[in-house]
Amino acid sequence: MRRSMRAFLLICAISVLGGWGGMAVAGEAVPTENDPVAQKRAVELAAKLRCLVCQNQSIAESDAELAVDLRRQVREQIAAGKSDREIINFMTERYGDFVLYEPPMKPATLLLWIGPLLLLAAGVAAMVFLLRGRGQAAAGSAPLTEAEQARATALLEGRTIQNVSSGKGK
Amino acid sequence: MKKKLLLLIPLVVFFVLAGFFVVGLGLNPREVPSPLIGKPAPTFALPDLNEPEKTVTSKDFLGQVWLFNVWASWCVSCRAEHPLLVAYAKTNEVAIVGLNYKDKPADGKAWLRQYGDPYTVSVIDADGRVGIDYGVYGVPETFLIDKQGIIRYKQIGPITEEAMRKTIIPMIKELKQQ
Repeated sequence: MRRSMRAFLLICAISVLGGWGGMAVAGEAVPTENDPVAQKRAVELAAKLRCLVCQNQSIAESDAELAVDLRRQVREQIAAGKSDREIINFMTERYGDFVLYEPPMKPATLLLWIGPLLLLAAGVAAMVFLLRGRGQAAAGSAPLTEAEQARATALLEGRTIQNVSSGKGK
Repeated sequence: MKKKLLLLIPLVVFFVLAGFFVVGLGLNPREVPSPLIGKPAPTFALPDLNEPEKTVTSKDFLGQVWLFNVWASWCVSCRAEHPLLVAYAKTNEVAIVGLNYKDKPADGKAWLRQYGDPYTVSVIDADGRVGIDYGVYGVPETFLIDKQGIIRYKQIGPITEEAMRKTIIPMIKELKQQ
């Protein structure tokens, strides 16, 4: 507890001094294991980055040597006061967007991002088209003639329809 | 007639998808295109493997076309490409710089004695930091760097005889003329 308190105070001091003292002070890496906030950030960032050696694991999960090295990079950069964005940029400059589990929005990935919406729109359009077609089929049938009307009424009322149909047809 | 055409839609969708899958089968997911191609090669200043007190920097090679080959004594596939590099080094076409990646210098030197040393110079990247700067994720990797220090090509994994003949050597000839 006292250790983490000390680490916290150290971080405060660094944040204050950082603006004034510059990189020399910020460069003094605080081991992230002793700093819960930095540790959490390091783990969160590592979970977003793909290990390129074992591609279905993040560098947080992987034990590949490269993942270990990249985790070290993340921790060092956090300790040096880099923002999450800067660390992500560091990785994509070297390994490309593939290192990110969540691809960035840009022209090449546009289809990836809006594809599901396009599919949804196509589905809705198809549904509207089909339902309209059905409605038109129903509305399109010709109105009943007088004789048909009479026959329908007769059917509905349960009367015999013999005379009605004979009256019409024969 | 129109109804029948509509019935064909699933079939068409199927073939389009199947087409994508067939193409996908032929791709190698391990080959992640490097964002560094067309960009300046990251700088480094590292100790020479043979004379550790000497520092070699990336700037030493400005003005010439050079190959930057990442290797290690623990790397099995490095052994596969090594004879190609040894043979190519004999032509003296370009400088071949080795990055001895995350290796023990003694092991690296012994490895070169055993299998031959094609390198103009090898530098020590003991903790792999320069490797990270170059986006190295699978040793061996080879970068072709032009006279202006721009990375023009990256070979991921061992150099094959075919890659050497069809891609690397023609590119080197072209870059040297520029």
